[in-house]
Amino acid sequence: MNALLSVRDLKVHFPTGNGGTVHAVDGVSFDIPRGRTLGIVGESGSGKTTTALAVMRLAPITAGQVDLDGTPISRLEGEELRKARPRFQMVFQDPFSSLNPRDRVGRIIRQPMDLLGLGDPAGRDRRVEDLLQQVGLRPELKSLYPHQFSGGQRQRIGLARALATQPDLIVFDEPVSALDVAVQAQVLNLIRRLQRETGLTYLFISHDLGVVRHVCDEIAVMYLGQIVEKASAADLFATPRHPYTQALIAAAPSLLPEHRRRGGGAKLQGDPPSPVNLPKGCRFVSRCPIAVDRCRSVPPDLRQVNVGQAAACHLA
Amino acid sequence: MAEAWAIFRRSPAAMLGLVILIVVAAMTFIGPFLYHVDPFEIVWAPLTPPGEEATIPLGTDNLGRDILAGLIAGGRATLAVGFAAAFITMVIGVVIGAYAGFHGGIVDDLLMRVTEFFQVLPPLLFAMVVVTLFQPTIVNVALAIGIVSWPQTARLTRSEFRRIRTLEYVSAMRAIGASDRNVIWRVILPNALPPLIVSATLTIGMAILFEAGLSFLGLSDPNVMSWGLMIGSGREYLLDAWWVVTLPGAMIFLTVLGVSLVGDGLNDAFNPRMRER
Amino acid sequence: MAEPVLDIRNLKVDFATRNGIAHVLDDISLTVAPGELLGIVGESGCGKSMTALSILGLIPSPPGRIVGGSIMFQGRDLTKLPQAEMRRIRGGDIAMIFQEPMTSLNPVFTCGEQIAEAVRLHQSVSPKAARARAVEMLRAVGIPEPELRANAYPHQLSGGMRQRVMIAMALSCEPKLLIADEPTTALDVTVQAQIFGLLDELRSRTGTAIILITHDMGAIAEMADKVAVMYAGRVIEHGPADAVLDNPGHPYTRGLLASIPRIDADPDADLPEIPGIVPALTDLGRGCAFEPRCPLATAACRAAQPPHVAMSADHSAACIHLEASEVPA
Repeated sequence: MNALLSVRDLKVHFPTGNGGTVHAVDGVSFDIPRGRTLGIVGESGSGKTTTALAVMRLAPITAGQVDLDGTPISRLEGEELRKARPRFQMVFQDPFSSLNPRDRVGRIIRQPMDLLGLGDPAGRDRRVEDLLQQVGLRPELKSLYPHQFSGGQRQRIGLARALATQPDLIVFDEPVSALDVAVQAQVLNLIRRLQRETGLTYLFISHDLGVVRHVCDEIAVMYLGQIVEKASAADLFATPRHPYTQALIAAAPSLLPEHRRRGGGAKLQGDPPSPVNLPKGCRFVSRCPIAVDRCRSVPPDLRQVNVGQAAACHLA
Repeated sequence: MAEAWAIFRRSPAAMLGLVILIVVAAMTFIGPFLYHVDPFEIVWAPLTPPGEEATIPLGTDNLGRDILAGLIAGGRATLAVGFAAAFITMVIGVVIGAYAGFHGGIVDDLLMRVTEFFQVLPPLLFAMVVVTLFQPTIVNVALAIGIVSWPQTARLTRSEFRRIRTLEYVSAMRAIGASDRNVIWRVILPNALPPLIVSATLTIGMAILFEAGLSFLGLSDPNVMSWGLMIGSGREYLLDAWWVVTLPGAMIFLTVLGVSLVGDGLNDAFNPRMRER
Repeated sequence: MAEPVLDIRNLKVDFATRNGIAHVLDDISLTVAPGELLGIVGESGCGKSMTALSILGLIPSPPGRIVGGSIMFQGRDLTKLPQAEMRRIRGGDIAMIFQEPMTSLNPVFTCGEQIAEAVRLHQSVSPKAARARAVEMLRAVGIPEPELRANAYPHQLSGGMRQRVMIAMALSCEPKLLIADEPTTALDVTVQAQIFGLLDELRSRTGTAIILITHDMGAIAEMADKVAVMYAGRVIEHGPADAVLDNPGHPYTRGLLASIPRIDADPDADLPEIPGIVPALTDLGRGCAFEPRCPLATAACRAAQPPHVAMSADHSAACIHLEASEVPA
């Protein structure tokens, strides 16, 4: 097995206030080879962000295993976990709340090295300047506060902070969804360039199909806590096999001339059901345009439907 | 911080409050060096009105003690009790509120029940019990006021912590390996400070009033002159000699006014929406 | 072409800020005809939401002030109407829906009550009739079991349902013009497609003109007849959606379109970027606001505001380089 990150049957369940259980992530497995990017797409409530937080050990893991380069990070606790943290870092969604407003940028980027005791103080200062340059910011800017930067610049700072410990894996949670299109392109290009230059491995969470298409090698589509389809980026868009993937692609606003004034793409009925009261059979059954009787009673397994492509659908 | 000061400075009310506080503080701290009269010494005939005797500019009280000396010495005790009580309130309230808000769950439930227990006790009555059980020294009075007033601070701190705890920069700190203690005191607390500073100033004003109330009821340190003590001992003469009660009363009014004006000013100064102007 | 419902001419709005006067809207001219959907697109701070607020007379004043131009609606200039008249038009003939349906609905009243309230504000009908109208509107926007949902509180509904309730409320008084400010930004793609479908159907059924304000070129492509691209408080390109999307004239429009990550694009190539960031409105020079980021910029761009250059009968862009290079006959 040459996967850098290996996730096996990951489950994250939360109790609700009134005795129920939220199955936020319910049996998710995937591998990411070193130097590659896996994208997870899905709508709100699909569990994609919770998956990211569980991998980062920021959400409690109910069951399952997460291995990073052979280290079972899902089983580490306390000081052992703290010692392992430099190897996996995260870039958050909101460029306005992910940086402590009271700290100067230099300190924000230095902090991981300070906390984990990496290098000597002078070396850390030099590294802060290198990191700023690496993400396309001038080193002098380290003495400013986060609110003096634009959203795109803040996301660059968040990226510099994640890079500070020289991690193997970076988890991105919707890193560009709060940014304007023109700035989004700058940050996406930067994310790709860093991977080319350093061989980093990425787990990339997004709701935007265009963004994952651009950044990811492989893509997993999540619906209500489970992966419903997984394929290489090219295959997923060329031959989507799960009806939910097909609906997502159809609904994505596109600039294609044939989609002009169509008033939104193919309509999937209704909203996703709540992750508390799950249907007995396939979780997508209530919105599925092609559901048959079996779908209502037997939950489909994620099975191979093509070389390198798997879908959880009886009819795929 | 510089930005907050710039906004504070632009508010005439806040600056007035600050000036009042500076004048009161100057009077109580520099006054004793300029006006050498023992506030407990009987210096003249009782109930001499202000201005009648040149050496006693503000007159005497019912025992013939110098009112101006009383105001100067009393201010020190009143301010000391006010600040000390506010400090005790903040320490207890912030620690309890921080742990409750940060940990949530059982810790939160437990600490909040304790807080509610303290909150439903009538504060003045409870403070009186504390002071009578122990000696009514100035330290005990400050402690008593602190013990009855922390629940509000605890609740405010808790709600701020609960809010900030969910922000991504807190997750970001944990992702880079920060300990809980580090996150609570180095990350969340500094961001929760603005409303807490405002609340602290208002607590000072409240504690001064509280001290006056206890003194008025004769439950304060009889060996330390304070404005409340002056009002308490002169209250029977209000109709015959207005100055005995009115002058220390005016000092309390001015000081509390100053503190609240400063508190309001700080509230605006720390409110990010004011900065857009 | 039908008589426009709304005709904005040379609108100028200034904001007094600590750093000086900001020309938040600078010489905006737009029209919308009945049943037409005008898309206004641009990055945050370009003035697209401010345009909506000006139409509704909701510019915070101070610090904002309309300093020039007119907004003609049904023969009246909205910039000159007294507040009381404006109130009658808001929610009546001109309705608006917002980005976040959770915060724009009052959490302590049921959805039915809120729609009925909106109806009674503008029409003298009995409470019972208003209530019936509310249920009818909920049905019209595709809410299943409308009688039941009318009794639901906003927090009991999903984001998509709440946005439908907002639309139902906005449409309850049969407005001539509906302004939708980022109506689907907080929603999932599949739900966004539903809401777009609903808006599209409503305008063809009722003839309501719609102004769709968005940052998403994809939404413009799916919905708009006409599009206005805004940058730093000005409309820099204006024309039929097909013309603007397929033959963009302004370098900013071109950059914006190119920088969108597309499903059908070559994933191995880097995205074309627009370098730099949007300038602050308080320190714009005399020239073109896009000049510092523009690949075509020359000294002439810094000298004066570029005038709109016609690319066809109804398509124009504010770039002096159009004159020299690619003006079609």
